[in-house]
Amino acid sequence: MLAALHADHGGNPAAGHQFGRQTRTTLEDARERIAGALGRSPHEVVVTSGGTEADQLGVVGTVRAAVAAGRGRHVVCSTVEHPAVSDAVRWLAAEHGVEVTWVDPQGIAPVAPTDIAAAIRDDTVLVALTGADGEVGVAQHSDEVAAVCASRGVPLHSDVVQRTATLLPPPTGSLAVTGHKLGAPVGIGAAVLPRDVPVQPLVPGPGQERGLRSGTPPTALALALATVLELAVAEREEHTARSRTLTTRLADGLVDLDGVRPTVAPDAPHRLATHLHLQLDGVDGEALALALDDAGVAVSTGTACMTGSAAPSPVLAAYGIEADAVLRCSVGRDTTAEEIDTAAERIVDVVTTLRSRGGGFL
Amino acid sequence: MTVTPSVPAAPERERVLVALSGGVDSAVAAALLAEAGHDVTGVHLRLADTDPQVVGQGCCGLDDAQDARRTAQVLGIDFHVWDLRDVFRREVQEPFAVGYAAGTTPNPCVTCNEKVKVGAVLRRALQLGFDAVATGHHARIDPAVPSLRRAVDRRKDQSYVLHVHGPDELARLRTPVGDMTKDEVRAFAADRDLRVAGKPDSYDVCFIPDGDTAGYLADELPEVPGEIVDVDGTVLGTHDGAWRFTVGQRRGLGLDHHEPRFVVDVDAEAARVTVGPRAALATSWLTLDDVVWHAGDVPTGDVLVQIRAHGRPHLGQVVVRDDVVRIEVDEPFHGVAIGQSCVVYDRDDDRVLAGGRIARAARPLLPVA
Repeated sequence: MLAALHADHGGNPAAGHQFGRQTRTTLEDARERIAGALGRSPHEVVVTSGGTEADQLGVVGTVRAAVAAGRGRHVVCSTVEHPAVSDAVRWLAAEHGVEVTWVDPQGIAPVAPTDIAAAIRDDTVLVALTGADGEVGVAQHSDEVAAVCASRGVPLHSDVVQRTATLLPPPTGSLAVTGHKLGAPVGIGAAVLPRDVPVQPLVPGPGQERGLRSGTPPTALALALATVLELAVAEREEHTARSRTLTTRLADGLVDLDGVRPTVAPDAPHRLATHLHLQLDGVDGEALALALDDAGVAVSTGTACMTGSAAPSPVLAAYGIEADAVLRCSVGRDTTAEEIDTAAERIVDVVTTLRSRGGGFL
Repeated sequence: MTVTPSVPAAPERERVLVALSGGVDSAVAAALLAEAGHDVTGVHLRLADTDPQVVGQGCCGLDDAQDARRTAQVLGIDFHVWDLRDVFRREVQEPFAVGYAAGTTPNPCVTCNEKVKVGAVLRRALQLGFDAVATGHHARIDPAVPSLRRAVDRRKDQSYVLHVHGPDELARLRTPVGDMTKDEVRAFAADRDLRVAGKPDSYDVCFIPDGDTAGYLADELPEVPGEIVDVDGTVLGTHDGAWRFTVGQRRGLGLDHHEPRFVVDVDAEAARVTVGPRAALATSWLTLDDVVWHAGDVPTGDVLVQIRAHGRPHLGQVVVRDDVVRIEVDEPFHGVAIGQSCVVYDRDDDRVLAGGRIARAARPLLPVA
């Protein structure tokens, strides 16, 4: 990682002098490695500031190009998208008159590929389906949906930020990935944009990254992204198995606590291995978050991007989840079985104590 | 300038939840408690659901949340945000509009303290195992008695809006800046590198950041046209909603009258607004609902009576007869609005003795309905 921090060599990758060329070489090395880790071509990889910007390129960039070319203005979007995607789609509807067909999951399960197929029209210019949501942790049938889209000739955009560590991205369509979920510094991501789908840049400028993303590309950060992506791919199977064991262990540790249930059955094939989403009765979510924080258990009651907000999340609503409190537990590369057992004990203690005092409701 | 922390070292360490509004007073309250050795956690309350792009003088905008978070960071205390927008809308904003629609003048800050800022937060804090809740209110509380007194800084005194909290709540409420002047509070904050040291005070109703109460109510309430009549019965004009008027109001009546006219009565049911000379506002007694007694028994002898947040208190007496709490004042008030709070203070030591919501007020010059 330290080597990556020195990778810019003080040169601009667009400069013609030797320092610039050296940096450009590092950047293109990184691009090849990013592409290789995602199973795509280096020509498709655009370096971005993170997942959100990559989503904007894949969604806004693709749809605006299609609208400008008169190919239609209809978008199919799931109701379990990250706001980086769903709000981009809503923005397209408001600003560009794009029509949207929102597709719900079938209960707490993946969106049915047949429902996506049924929503596609002749004027559909994009299907947006997340690879997996980061809240409940449901992995979507991305490969099947990619096949549906390919057969209908409609571009697919998949935000695979949450599943990169454990699952392969779909083989076709645009992708959004981010580095910080995998250990790179915050501030680096990539959009994978297939060459056969026109995309408009989001902001005007000198036109780096094949004209799609102006601004000097961050070579050192791109190298960091390449490094963590390769590591994630190399360790994917082991990490997935280990994460599944740990999250299942956490669910087992809470079995004796009444009024607590995993939203997705721990052994469900579509459960994201790194995530365990819990629904709790008899305690208030905000009060529980404070009490757990106090007990040294770092969990989240919403999506981390909406820190502190207890507003009902659109994703929970889409899955039809109503509970007094929800907890999103996720495990990382360094999480140990001992930590899981401690967390389970403390959750039991905190929930039991809080309930005995009234639950912390307002 | 040096500032001495005014919270004495705690005899026992308390776990205190500080409501950080993002302003300087609550920041200093948190700092004082932390420096006195208490275990302090900060919480910012999202109350009004205002547009984050509109810059107002409230206490719950996006900038305020950021300032609150930064305060907690600088002080090195835990920090949480609680989203109380639903509770706030239900307990404060809706009753505010309903109150105006009924021809009264609610005080949303009193309601907010009672039901949300202190009420609900204290309840939850105690369930979370905290010993107390602290706020940046300028008022002096002695939790051991428990008693509520005016702040050292009279111009900033907020004991008026805290009167709704009875002994049980006062025992759990801490307001450490009540012993400091506002200048001392700002100097203390500057000395601790708290960036809110110079932040302007908030004055407006937080959910009406532009200060346009009538405009806010126009969005919440239907138009109910009616007449504006003089105390002698003469019809002087019309209006599109009695809720636009408050007893004592002089501006915005749209009347062409040879003498100054004040709103002296708002009859929401008849949609009639009565105006008259200032003399018609004179009130020598009023009655209270929802009275909170702070001193145990009904106060006897002369007391000080205050009917506005920063109004001048008048000498008076408390009379309870047939369960009706009646306040009589030696010198009449002008412009007593039903729904506002009336707080009774000890005439010698600033202590709050009782408080309640004004239910009726004498209107000697009004025609008998």
